[in-house]
Amino acid sequence: MLIRVELPAHLRTLARISGHEVALDVTATPTIATVLDTLEAVYPMLRGTVREQVTGERRAFLRFFACQQDISLDSPDAPLPAAIVNGTEPLIILGAVAGG
Amino acid sequence: MTANGSGVRLLVGTRKGAFILTADASRKKWEIAGPHFPGWEIYHIKGSPADPNRLYASQSSSWFSQIMQRSEDGGKTWMPIGNKFAYDGVPGTHQWYDGTPHPWEFKRVWHIEPSLTNPDHVYAGIEDAALFHSTDGGQNWDEISGLRTHTTGSAWQPGAGGMCLHTIIVDPTDPKRIVIAISAAGAFRTDDGGATWKPINRGLYSKYIPNPTAEVGHCVHHIAAHPSRPGTLFMQKHWDVMRSDDAGDNWHEVSGNLPTDFGFVIDVHAHEPETIYVIPIKSDSEHFVPDGKLRVFRSRTGGNDWEPLTKGLPQSDCYVNVLRDAMAVDRLDSCGVYFGTSGGQVYASADAGDHWTAIVRDLPPVLSVEAQTLT
Repeated sequence: MLIRVELPAHLRTLARISGHEVALDVTATPTIATVLDTLEAVYPMLRGTVREQVTGERRAFLRFFACQQDISLDSPDAPLPAAIVNGTEPLIILGAVAGG
Repeated sequence: MTANGSGVRLLVGTRKGAFILTADASRKKWEIAGPHFPGWEIYHIKGSPADPNRLYASQSSSWFSQIMQRSEDGGKTWMPIGNKFAYDGVPGTHQWYDGTPHPWEFKRVWHIEPSLTNPDHVYAGIEDAALFHSTDGGQNWDEISGLRTHTTGSAWQPGAGGMCLHTIIVDPTDPKRIVIAISAAGAFRTDDGGATWKPINRGLYSKYIPNPTAEVGHCVHHIAAHPSRPGTLFMQKHWDVMRSDDAGDNWHEVSGNLPTDFGFVIDVHAHEPETIYVIPIKSDSEHFVPDGKLRVFRSRTGGNDWEPLTKGLPQSDCYVNVLRDAMAVDRLDSCGVYFGTSGGQVYASADAGDHWTAIVRDLPPVLSVEAQTLT
C-alpha cells in the first residue's frame, strides 16, 4: 500500500525529492517503524537523519504527525491511522521551527 | 618542498554551508562557488592528497545529525556517503562537565583527514571523542577503539565546545604514527597504526584543572606540523603556545611576546619549517581578538619571537574569532596563508603573511578553511 510521507525541506533536498511528499510502498503493516524502514531503503541517504542509526530513537527536534495528531511519543510499532494507511492523509515528519 | 602550481582551491566550511574559492597562482582574483549544502553546518572539508578532486565533507545539523559527502570533481558535485559512526562495543562513560559519568554519544564529525596515498582511505575525528577510519571512500566507518578505550578514557571531559577530536596528523614517513588531539583530554600518539595509544602531554601546564600537569585533561585547541619534520609539533593550547621536537613526548612553551597566548589556530609555513602562525584571541569570557585589532602573529624562529602581521587586516573595531580548523597554507613558491573568521570573512596572503586581503567578506561564520595547491 502506498503511504504518503511529508518530509522537511532539508531532507527533500538531501534525497533530491521534488514536491513536498513521497509515496512509499510499505509492504508490512504500516507503522512509524515500517514506514521509516521503507523510507530509508528507498532513500539510503536519509538513514540517521530522522532516527538514530544504532538506537532507532527519533531525533529530538523532529516530530511525527498523523491526522492532526502528534504521534511522536506513540510506540513506533503502533499501527498508523486508517486515513494514513488508505492514503487520504500524509504522515508528516516535521522539524522544529527554531534556531538561527 | 616548493611547488609550482596552477592555482589554489580553498575549501571553506561555515555555519550555513560550504563554499569553494578558486584562484590562479597569482591569487589575486577569486571565484566563489556555493553555498553547497545551504543551511547545514559544515565543520570540515578536505581533499585527498592522492587525488585532489576527491573531497570529503562533514555536514551536520541539530535536527538531522550527521551527513557525510564526497565529491569526485573538486566540489562541483557531491554524493552522500556512509554516516554511521557506531562506537566499538559498549561505549561506557566519560566525565561530564561536573565530573559525573556521562555516556559516550556521537554528535558530529569535526575533522576529516584523508590518507596521504590512497583516496579511499580517510580518518574522521568525532565528538564525543573517537577516531574512525574508512577504507572504502567513506561508505563504511570503523572505530579505531584503542584510543577511546585507553585507560584514561573514562576520565576525559569535554571542553566548552564539546568533547571533540579535532586534530589528526599522520606522519608522512611512517603512516602507523598518528598524533591526535582532543578538547579537553589532550594529545595522544600511536606508533602502531592505532592499536595502542599514549598521552603525550608532558610539559603542558593547565592552571584551570586540579592537577595542572596531569597526564590528561588539557584543553588542546590545535596542533600543526611541517611534513618534512613530523617530529616537530606546534600546539595552540587553551592558554600557551607549545612546541615539541620529539613527536610530543615533551613540550615546552614558545608563547614568548604574544599579546595573549590564548587562541585556536596554529599553522606552519609550507617551505619554512620554523615559520609558524597564530592568531591570539582574548580569553576567557570574550573570545575575540584583543584591542579590536585583527593580527596574525608570525614567528620565524619556531616560537618565542613573534611579529604582528597587520597590513590589510582591520586594526580598529574588529571583534571576530578564528576557530581551530580555520587556517591553512598553500604550497605555491610564495607560500599563501588563509584564515576565516566568525564574521564571515576569509583573508588571504600570497606572500607568507606580509600583506592580506579579504577575498570574501560576508559568508556565514567560518568553521574551517583548507587549501589545495592545484597543479
